[in-house]
Amino acid sequence: MTLTEVRDLRVRFVTREATVHAVNGVSFTVQPGEVLCILGESGSGKSVTLRALMRLLPPRSTRIEGEVRIDGHDVLAMRPQALRDLRGGLAAMIFQEPMTALDPVYTVGQQIGEAVRRHTGCGSHAARERALELLELVRIPSPERRLAAYPHELSGGLRQRAMIAMALSCNPRLLLADEPTTALDATVQVQVLILLRRLQRELGMGMIFVTHDLGVASEIADTIAVMYAGRIVESGPVAQILSAPEHPYTAGLLASTVHGQPRDRDIDAIPGSPPDLRRLAQGCSFAPRCPRRMADCRVVVPQPRFPAPGRMAACHGVADGLPAPEVTRMPTVSEPSSTTSAR
Amino acid sequence: MGSLIHDPRDRGGLQQPMLIARDLRKHFLVKGSGGKSVKAVDGVSFTVGKGETLGVVGESGCGKSTLARLLLHLLKPDTGELVFDGDPVGIVPGIAVDALRRQVQMVFQDSYSSLNPRMPVRDSVAFGPFVQGKKKDEARHIARELLAKVGLDPGVFGPRYPHELSGGQKQRVNIARALATGPRMVILDEPVSALDKSVEAQVLNLLRALKRQFNLTYVFISHDLNVVQYISDRVLVMYLGRVVEIGPIGAIFERPLHPYTRALLASRPSMDPARRIQEPPITGDPPNPIDPPSGCRFHTRCPFAEEVCTTTDPKLGNWQGPQSHVAACHMHDPLSGHSRAASV
Repeated sequence: MTLTEVRDLRVRFVTREATVHAVNGVSFTVQPGEVLCILGESGSGKSVTLRALMRLLPPRSTRIEGEVRIDGHDVLAMRPQALRDLRGGLAAMIFQEPMTALDPVYTVGQQIGEAVRRHTGCGSHAARERALELLELVRIPSPERRLAAYPHELSGGLRQRAMIAMALSCNPRLLLADEPTTALDATVQVQVLILLRRLQRELGMGMIFVTHDLGVASEIADTIAVMYAGRIVESGPVAQILSAPEHPYTAGLLASTVHGQPRDRDIDAIPGSPPDLRRLAQGCSFAPRCPRRMADCRVVVPQPRFPAPGRMAACHGVADGLPAPEVTRMPTVSEPSSTTSAR
Repeated sequence: MGSLIHDPRDRGGLQQPMLIARDLRKHFLVKGSGGKSVKAVDGVSFTVGKGETLGVVGESGCGKSTLARLLLHLLKPDTGELVFDGDPVGIVPGIAVDALRRQVQMVFQDSYSSLNPRMPVRDSVAFGPFVQGKKKDEARHIARELLAKVGLDPGVFGPRYPHELSGGQKQRVNIARALATGPRMVILDEPVSALDKSVEAQVLNLLRALKRQFNLTYVFISHDLNVVQYISDRVLVMYLGRVVEIGPIGAIFERPLHPYTRALLASRPSMDPARRIQEPPITGDPPNPIDPPSGCRFHTRCPFAEEVCTTTDPKLGNWQGPQSHVAACHMHDPLSGHSRAASV
């Protein structure tokens, strides 16, 4: 059964001054055990999409439309109590900055223990045992000692491991990762990526991994969804996307990423800059920067096309090879407030 | 290597390096620690040739940003010597610090906080030349020309304030501002790290074009080895306040000598899902620079560490030659007593 299904997700931020159209109709699915990388530049809507899945956006200024189902539960319809059960239970999240995501006045052990007690209802001794087990799972050296450490006493890599441990504490089926390696040094980043890959495989979790870095995506993704101006412009298996991109934005991103280009020549940069999401223009958002622009592009928003099995590209210039894949509707779990008992 | 155009500002001739740093040291006292200090830069020596780009790489806390500030005397080194085009910096007879700053400028990573938020960007660019004695009209003229040179229409972008520009546009303004005083050398401290990939490529292309146009020498500090490989002629690798390896770009990337350099190179994502990194090249985080490990500072993470590495500080060797490729590692010193020293 599909683990996560997102259909036509739209997120707007409404303030007195302006309305920001951050996510403009995003659809994707994640199967159990699959790693989906959402790749995009700043302002592409990748982090907002991720946060919308757990409804972690400020409720007063955010307008969310569409459908989000995690393991059959209709997340957008959930009441506060059910939402608290979901977060950290069925689905957990890790963030870019462990220093701000962890509470500075509690020890690592206390913070992990709290999550365990909240979701399983066990006692503090059992929670501590579980916390220790988790620190071992994420390969933190001398875990006994680290349980009593405050976040500031740990190095960046260990802090990130502690946050991963906390996220895994209640065996989530879906792990959401928001640029978890971006703030880390190169030699530490690769350690955390390998750890996440191993844990994801061993625990059979589905994972949605947001990143701006093609290299990171190539290390961890099964499938990639490329976002631009709040839309998924291309998606497909990682190897195919990296070797034969269909969408001109994906191709431009690949060409402009520095990796071993000849030193005596300019890099093929994408001209211009991303659009202003307060005033979204008609048609394809990438059209003003696109080398393959046609007359239609400025007028009509390109609909998804399916050039090959598993591939999607929203571009007027892409051949429409296959019909839209059939979507199997997920059965809905009727009572959204019963998530805990359903597990 | 750089172009061989004759520059009227040249004093020492082409063979004289643009900059020589000799045994630079900067320690920061840590309050409330009983006299402990962060050894941010701890005996760093290197040269920058005229017209070349020296890349400086290393992880956070290795001292690369402190080094950048030392080169401009934004921080005063505890010990050590800087020689700019043959003239010692800050001593008589030599070149005074304010005269040095006319010839060496800097671009910082954070493009927003390095611009005055209350000044239209054209005034920010004109400020340097104005302070250094140009007439107001002249300074404005320079600003307009430079904004155009960095790809910003002066009529459109000049009157704007920093918050009205994108990250890439702000960094272009910072580059224009750095060039406004007519420097011969620019220190670039992570100039593209905060930018998106598509914008990063634009700024790298711009930096390369400006270097040719203004006959510049660059010190390019970055944690991104791919970017350094693309833009640098030589590379200096830092670890915990020390230089561990220095050499020409091809040699460093094809035949890295120091185990740390090798680990850094091997930690780069493959960009090919069929060839993913299976095992971490090294484990752990860089140690705390307050109490760096004894002997070779890398020995706590080095797979080849032996007794000698924990006790004796490895020497870098001849760092002065423009083509020399040396590493501070006992395995490359036949007399060190390291068991692998003989085989290398």
